[in-house]
Amino acid sequence: MLAARVIPCLDIKDGRVVKGVRFQELRDAGDPVENAAAYEEQGADEIILLDVSATPEGRGNAVETVRAVRSVLSIPLTVGGGVRRESDAGRLLDAGADKVGVNTAAVSRPDLVAEIASRFGSQCTVLAVDAAARVGGPPVIGTERGHIRTSGSQLRSRWEVVVQSGSHRTGLDVVEWCRKATALGAGEILLTSWDRDGTRDGYDVELIAAVAGSVTVPVIASGGAARSEHLVTALRAGASAALVASILHDGDTTVADLKLGLSRAGITVRR
Amino acid sequence: MVVPTGTANTASVIAAFRRLDSDPVLAVNPKAVEEADRVVLPGVGAFAPAINRIDQLGMREALTTRIESDRPTLAICLGMQLLCASSEENPDATGLGIVPETVTRFAGDLRVPQLGWNMVEPDGSTSLEAGWAYFANSYKIPRLPESWSGATTDYGGSFVSAMERGAILACQFHPELSGAWGSNLLRRWLWKEA
Repeated sequence: MLAARVIPCLDIKDGRVVKGVRFQELRDAGDPVENAAAYEEQGADEIILLDVSATPEGRGNAVETVRAVRSVLSIPLTVGGGVRRESDAGRLLDAGADKVGVNTAAVSRPDLVAEIASRFGSQCTVLAVDAAARVGGPPVIGTERGHIRTSGSQLRSRWEVVVQSGSHRTGLDVVEWCRKATALGAGEILLTSWDRDGTRDGYDVELIAAVAGSVTVPVIASGGAARSEHLVTALRAGASAALVASILHDGDTTVADLKLGLSRAGITVRR
Repeated sequence: MVVPTGTANTASVIAAFRRLDSDPVLAVNPKAVEEADRVVLPGVGAFAPAINRIDQLGMREALTTRIESDRPTLAICLGMQLLCASSEENPDATGLGIVPETVTRFAGDLRVPQLGWNMVEPDGSTSLEAGWAYFANSYKIPRLPESWSGATTDYGGSFVSAMERGAILACQFHPELSGAWGSNLLRRWLWKEA
């Protein structure tokens, strides 16, 4: 039986781990190689590196970070951030990534997902989606299975895709986008709730259920984790894996403790 | 020596062997593949592009010869599937045909690809140990070929997670990504008497 995964995420800027709230107010959280090795030691099932550098120059360093982390890491490594073309994915895979995440560039040009999947395989093509609850818009006249109905429009989910580190709302429906991207070849979805990111308020369980119920690829829940109970609810809602960041970087808990909590709740984890 | 079947997991495979104080090189010609002490056949992505790549490099015969002569060879993930005759993934492509099986897709109410850690259960006659291994696959070998020993894993039913015959070891999982358990497997393979 496949085990539920606990995945520490390292946001990387200029070669350092950073963490903020809703992608802003970034603070330093240590050295990526040291953090990744420590999390593997604690029982992490995988590591995600997200390059949040603002500039293309900063992005060049990310390849070096990937190479350095790969040399010490004997668990899977997913890398995202700034992947605009197939060749960007190739560079990260050559440096030692096992999976590559695409986000903003895929929203602008969905074929990017198909290009990476057909070249490198669906199992290394991760669609990273930043989802925010819609604000404003036409009044809601009803709800059905996590979707809302507004006057004069069709049924849609309650979340829209945000890009460019959350600074731009696209209006694109999160559930529809996830369905489309998996049809194009994405083999996994990294689903981040922008509203919950860094807040410690728990995952957006309705968001997870809406997406996991609409696609057949694994979904990684992200944004808002503070305790193992949060991970339990996300996994029960249909997530195959739970991403954690702030609480690990701040030393409030360990991967081992989180997995112990999952195990006590009856969820199969690798021990 | 690592056969360059494509870029996707070559770096991770090389990094894993380096952590074991070994210095793997990428194979550049068929003769080297046939004669190297130890050869790794990695592979991720789709069946047809990988086998076509092997044909382009002229390495098909070298691989079959070395495997049939029982020279130490480790096939990983798609590399294991390439040992089969064919795959549902690309029915027109011809595999190495070392084993007469056809690779099939996971069916039923499952999340595919299988991504994550699953339990490897050896059949007792192999050098493999039971443990959690990391998988990333949509296709699998449904049953153990005759004259091979191996291990199975459950994902909506049992499939072959590893098979072994003499000096040939093939893993559906990624030992290079399977933590300390995977490193131990690689170490045993690397230092096993040929």
